[in-house]
Amino acid sequence: MIRFIALRLVGAVIVLFIVSVVTFLIFQLGPLLSHTSPVYYYIGKVPFKPGSPQLLALIHRFGFDLPLYQQYWHYLSGILFGQTITDGVTKPIPCPAPCFGYSFRENDLVSTMLIQAAPVSISLCIGAAILWLIGGVTVGTLSALKPGSIIDRVGMTGSLAAVSLPIFFTGPLLLLLFEYTLGWLPNVTYEPLTQDPLQWFNSLILPWVSLAFLFAALYARLTRSNMLETMGEDYIRTARAKGLNARTVIVKHGLRSALTPIVTIFGIDFGTLIGSTVITETVFNLRGLGFTALHAIQQEDFPVILGVTVVAACVLVLANLVVDILYAVIDPRVTA
Amino acid sequence: MTSTTVTTSRAKARPGEPFLRVEDLRVHFLTDDGVVRSVDGLTFDVKRGEILGIVGESGSGKSVSSQAIMGLHHDSNARITGEIWLDGQELVSATEQEVRELRGSKMAMIFQDPLSSMHPFYSVGDQISEAYLVHNKVPKKAARAKTVEMLKRVGIPNAETRYDDYPHQFSGGMRQRAMIAMALICEPTLLIADEPTTALDVTVQAQILELIKELQAELNSAVILITHDLGVVAETCDKVLVMYGGQCVEQGVVNDLFYEPEMPYTWGLLRSMPRMDRDRETRLVPIPGQPPSLINVPEGCVFNARCPFSSRVPGNKCFTVHPNLVKAKPGHDVRCHIPVAQREEIFRTEIQPSL
Repeated sequence: MIRFIALRLVGAVIVLFIVSVVTFLIFQLGPLLSHTSPVYYYIGKVPFKPGSPQLLALIHRFGFDLPLYQQYWHYLSGILFGQTITDGVTKPIPCPAPCFGYSFRENDLVSTMLIQAAPVSISLCIGAAILWLIGGVTVGTLSALKPGSIIDRVGMTGSLAAVSLPIFFTGPLLLLLFEYTLGWLPNVTYEPLTQDPLQWFNSLILPWVSLAFLFAALYARLTRSNMLETMGEDYIRTARAKGLNARTVIVKHGLRSALTPIVTIFGIDFGTLIGSTVITETVFNLRGLGFTALHAIQQEDFPVILGVTVVAACVLVLANLVVDILYAVIDPRVTA
Repeated sequence: MTSTTVTTSRAKARPGEPFLRVEDLRVHFLTDDGVVRSVDGLTFDVKRGEILGIVGESGSGKSVSSQAIMGLHHDSNARITGEIWLDGQELVSATEQEVRELRGSKMAMIFQDPLSSMHPFYSVGDQISEAYLVHNKVPKKAARAKTVEMLKRVGIPNAETRYDDYPHQFSGGMRQRAMIAMALICEPTLLIADEPTTALDVTVQAQILELIKELQAELNSAVILITHDLGVVAETCDKVLVMYGGQCVEQGVVNDLFYEPEMPYTWGLLRSMPRMDRDRETRLVPIPGQPPSLINVPEGCVFNARCPFSSRVPGNKCFTVHPNLVKAKPGHDVRCHIPVAQREEIFRTEIQPSL
């Protein structure tokens, strides 16, 4: 088991290294291929002609004339060990690890922006995940136990409807109902959990529900098909032949197997979701990673886009690592 | 507690009854294609200490009828009629709860494929303990001790450490031993073994059958052994029931069935069985054709399409009249239109020489 975890950790580190190289190259080569200097994207629109001595000086100051591997090392060491950012004019800014550089558009360290945005995204995703897992698995299991019954039909039609409804429809609908018509959640803005738990909860409950609604539908369908398959297995018959009651057969023997593939998919879904809740964040006016990324793209703020990409990739890799280990705990055949 | 007292009082009310009596059992499945008559009017009984072999091809209703006794079919798609009397208690009309309490305790089942029949995520020992804990209110430690003892009894070496192994870490024969331990841990008086040796090596097969026989003698249980291997039947069973198309076509004590079989299907089975004591030059004689569809069961005898002797029965009776299961002699029932004397004649002159 320890060997298995160690191997997975090494694998995760390798993947993260590749991710950092690839993202770095994309953001370097893009400008180079379009015959502009990356300096434009990093610093902003500079009023210097291409080839002018001022521009060359600028390129030199920020190290864009160094060989790529040196630039990469500069970038990677910044993330790992931190660095000091200086434009040569104003006071140098210390940027402790993980340093993703400086956003000249926002006049802030990228890491500071990410540290503000990440808790919003994480709160949003974890809350939604809890809701959709409970909802989806329950509906899916109930449907699978009596296929063709009223419960099954209502559950599956409902989840088809839920999958078909985008968040920019369900989100405003929830807002209209709970915030404007019923007035239950008037004008709640996000507060960190550590500062005001109630406000935190109130500001996130609608985003949670609308996001969970979409995913719960998917998980209900997945659980249903997995559960139907599992309940036909020979070992379920054995469990019944032992004289176990229906609940033990369904939960201990059936659901445990049916949930294994769902754990895998959940890891990927959750990992992907962290950086991609931009629609939910926009609808509910939350400043998470998705919103930050969107804003940065609109501003052509490369350091921020790069930072969000790397963080999102890290979360995805981490989520998959956790899932792999969890999988080994659930299924004893994995480590063997 | 109440159910046990009811059971015993009922048992006393019917003295001389066989331990298990199945009366006109019918299991029909409602499917989109029509009603599948998997078991159609099956009647047999087993006493304690007796081993009944049920033989027949795949799809003849062997497993379906045994699972009906265990109450393992789902009410939603299976329609079960007839009577199943186990130690004086009727099971077809019993509630799900009543049957569930009997499952694993009074009646237990060993399945064909021990790998797929065990849950891959739980250790072998825990799965066996679970079977014990359902019916016995004891601490987990006691269940573990009982399981280890049972694992030793079925011949698993290092039972204490093997307890925590998972099914995939066991060999095929070990897994089947563990399945037997699971089935027998509550000392059931009815044991149904559904092709327990089909998935195993020949050498292991013999060991497993020997083990079942030993444990059966120890517990004085009634055993139903479902198989398509006549060699297994000859070696293990006291009585045989031959099933075809969801019906019993011939039943009797083992010696009668092997030395004086009367139904053409049984002849076919015997002729298609490889024998070590015969000249290897002689070819096995297969039964031509396919088993009948259980949705459109043929009129007349279920075996008529494949029976080489149906033309010898006058009046096309084999294709129009369904033959009854008739007593050929005490303890030997046959479902065939060919008159008894002629049957014996055919067997002596045409079948026996080629066996």
